[in-house]
Amino acid sequence: MSEGIVTASYIGATVLFILALGGLSNQETSRRGVMYGMAGMAIALIVTMASVTANMGILIGGLVIGGAIGVVLAKRVQMTEMPELVAILHSLVGMAAVLVGFANFMDPGRLEHYAGVELTIHDVETYLGILIGAITFSGSIIAFGKLSGKMSGNPLMIPGRHFINLGLLLGSIYLCMMFVDQSAAGGGFMPLLIMTGIALLFGIHMVMAIGGADMPVVVSMLNSYSGWAASATGFMLNNDLLIVTGALVGSSGAILSYIMCRAMNRKFISVIAGGFGTTTGGSSAGADVDQGEVVALEAPEVASLLAEAKEVMIIPGYGMAVAQAQHIVCEITKTLKAKKVNVRFGIHPVAGRMPGHMNVLLAEARVPYDIVYEMEEINDDFPNIDVSVVIGANDIVNPSALTDPDSPIAGMPVLECWKGTTTIVLKRGMATGYAGVQNPLFFEDNTRMLFGDARASLDAVFKNL
Amino acid sequence: MKIGIPKEIHDGEKRVATTPDVVKQLIKLGFEVAVESGAGAEAHFSDSAYNDAGATVVEGTKSLWDMSDIIFKVRAPEFNSALNIEEVDLLHEKQVLITFLWPAQNPELLKKLAEKKVTALAMDSVPRISRAQKMDALSSMANIAGYRAIVEAAQHFGRFFTGQITAAGKVPPAKVLVIGAGVAGLAAIGAAKSMGAIVRAFDTRPEVKEQVESMDAEFLEVDFEEEGSGTGGYAKVMSKEFIEAEMALFMEQAKEVDIIITTALIPGKPAPELIKGYMVEAMKDGSVIVDLAAEQGGNCKLSEAGIVKKVHGVSIIGYTDLPSRLAAQSSQLYGTNLRHLMTDMCKAKDGNLVVDFDDEVVRGATVVKEGEITWPPPAPKLSAAPPKPAEKPVEKPVEKVEETPSALGPIITFCVAGLGLLGLGSVAPASFMAHFTVFVLACFVGYMVIWNVTAALHTPLMSVTNAISSIIIIGAILQISSGDGLLMWVAAFAVTITAINIAGGFAVTRRMLEMFRR
Repeated sequence: MSEGIVTASYIGATVLFILALGGLSNQETSRRGVMYGMAGMAIALIVTMASVTANMGILIGGLVIGGAIGVVLAKRVQMTEMPELVAILHSLVGMAAVLVGFANFMDPGRLEHYAGVELTIHDVETYLGILIGAITFSGSIIAFGKLSGKMSGNPLMIPGRHFINLGLLLGSIYLCMMFVDQSAAGGGFMPLLIMTGIALLFGIHMVMAIGGADMPVVVSMLNSYSGWAASATGFMLNNDLLIVTGALVGSSGAILSYIMCRAMNRKFISVIAGGFGTTTGGSSAGADVDQGEVVALEAPEVASLLAEAKEVMIIPGYGMAVAQAQHIVCEITKTLKAKKVNVRFGIHPVAGRMPGHMNVLLAEARVPYDIVYEMEEINDDFPNIDVSVVIGANDIVNPSALTDPDSPIAGMPVLECWKGTTTIVLKRGMATGYAGVQNPLFFEDNTRMLFGDARASLDAVFKNL
Repeated sequence: MKIGIPKEIHDGEKRVATTPDVVKQLIKLGFEVAVESGAGAEAHFSDSAYNDAGATVVEGTKSLWDMSDIIFKVRAPEFNSALNIEEVDLLHEKQVLITFLWPAQNPELLKKLAEKKVTALAMDSVPRISRAQKMDALSSMANIAGYRAIVEAAQHFGRFFTGQITAAGKVPPAKVLVIGAGVAGLAAIGAAKSMGAIVRAFDTRPEVKEQVESMDAEFLEVDFEEEGSGTGGYAKVMSKEFIEAEMALFMEQAKEVDIIITTALIPGKPAPELIKGYMVEAMKDGSVIVDLAAEQGGNCKLSEAGIVKKVHGVSIIGYTDLPSRLAAQSSQLYGTNLRHLMTDMCKAKDGNLVVDFDDEVVRGATVVKEGEITWPPPAPKLSAAPPKPAEKPVEKPVEKVEETPSALGPIITFCVAGLGLLGLGSVAPASFMAHFTVFVLACFVGYMVIWNVTAALHTPLMSVTNAISSIIIIGAILQISSGDGLLMWVAAFAVTITAINIAGGFAVTRRMLEMFRR
């Protein structure tokens, strides 16, 4: 196939990818957007495969096997497990970037194509692609472990961890120079291998140091890395399609990370540096202070409160995902709607373990998305709300974020449910949230607690409705 | 402290300020409760019921007033003809009187109360803020009045409310017009609706439209733009042009509807006259008007407070004691309102009443404090809609972590970026710069596109970008044709894992997006 046709097809695929992302601007166009994305991918694959000269069978075999595994994974996954799935898929992109980088380096034709500055640049590109890919790979594996509960969600705090990171970074730069030098002479395999090891360690360490509550940032950051890895590979292969697609994905992930950080009022650097989510220091002092009494309710009372309300706001958190309570929440919503109660959902940007996690769960339970609102859209409405129901959320409804400058979550925007008439908090016990901060909301006059597993509690509420 | 509940002496008043249920709750707050014998009889609460609830039943009005520290009443103090004494004179120093007082209409009474050196709280002056809703006795009473208005109307209306098709012929549903969709109006709408009538409602405040429609009634609008909301959720006086348009609307409706309930009141003003004589004339024979504002002069020109009149074949009901006609219900709600006020004023639950002027609710309700007239209170700060200006003053709001953008910052950034680009351009070959151009532009396109993605779709965004980033498969495909066996297998493995990613990413995104349905 001629070079021109390949390039034209790549342009087409690029445009389709951009349309795919653009389609996600609202729910109506999003389904079409995914079709664009699939079409773009198909075009890119077919055109590239047309230039394959040998081993077609193995290629198709790999595609079919991989595709089948992917489809089965996608079909089987529970919506509550989405963060894990996304994390593990990121690791695959990272691994692919490493493999492609190595394969490219080992390609004997490399030294014939490039010389001088071009070779240096090409080597740096290869090096970067492998570096980012390796970090993405090991970081995603650790994120997967944390998200799926196979590893503790607590941050690992190695003393002097900032120096370790700095050392690893300097080591990588030195290795890069060594690699470029040796590669021009035809060698360089060792520095590349050592660097890969260092990058893998770095990825592991970086994610290990980040607490469970910051997982939305980590997942979107790894998303970004997987894009940059693809972009670096594109430079290496002189392939614009890869560069563009990688850049799109990279900036998408970067923006998501930024949005998540803003929603927690934290700096990106401090999240990445890790250490959030520990109970050491000033935060635990707050927990010791006697805050007053909490008022506990039983399910029938909650049911009657809900039935008598006109405006109900439901605030889901990670606890809803853990308890798989989204379906019963939807049933309650339907029943209340039938009783002319205006039920809405208020979603905090960092509720859950992944950007948009709550929206997906509610959509899965068939909650109509037009009653699901973002924090900014509904935060001013709380004074008119009769009953707010907080399901397994803690830090995102903590008033001390606004009132206590010493709080670890000070300045984080929160859902101001305490301004409503009554708030019902569903919780397993009086434990603190991920930030380890006591929540004064529980002790407000207009707050009622409903203790127990969210799903069991809501089942009981539903029966009483 | 001891709370005393005397028997109401107003002619025809059947309510009582506390029910046995409420007595139990008051005792839990640490109060003692004394009830005058026979106080609840008219509302069907017997002395023994009070006794069982833990109250002492006291014979004799005077001894009850003497022994109590706090008096709960329904009606404002008046002349007790049986004892030949003013109720005000039964009060003693330091006593607390909690009742409906209507301080604006009764300045004389305020003075007398002040002379007696008592503290008086007017239940009608509880401010209309969200927190005080549970103590808002006016709303409870209005709710009952609205319901009862429909019951009275049904009594005087010669037909069904609901439409029916029977063997004996078709019955059209009654048409009810409710003017003034406040608490009473909404209660009337609800009652009429549940009896099967076709209900329309009118109000000068546009924000109640939604409430009316939420009760499944039709909201009538005049063809004229004017905002009718005053402070505190009440209505205000409208302009002349508006009133003309309104009159035309009412005239049109009068010809059509069977029942008109009027509940229009403007605080501190006589009730606006909405149903003129000619409109009554235009109504069908057998129609009914219930004028809930009869006591304040009436919304209907022809209504007379306290009685039912028949004019032009239309029954005009001007009862002013509608809550009292549902004595058990009103007593229960009023008693609960009082109990909530007590909870608010006795936070320690030790049976001691604290008149705390920092509490907006208590401040608003208190009209006389220890012999000093404290009415009117400072204006209430808000109507129902805008958020409260912080109930307790927020301890200095926490600053968000945001650097102040300095003019120098962007300049430095641009300079560094520009120098970096120049540096790159000076060493890099042209082919690299071409790719670099594409890269930078793609970053910007990505930036623009991603900001438009709705937050609800962030998870699908991540899974679809994940699928797209598997475009790296192209690198692997290009290498698979390599003659080197090791390279070929490395590439084949890379193809397989990226294929997992492509298929899995797109499939799971589709699965998620399928769920996002309205």
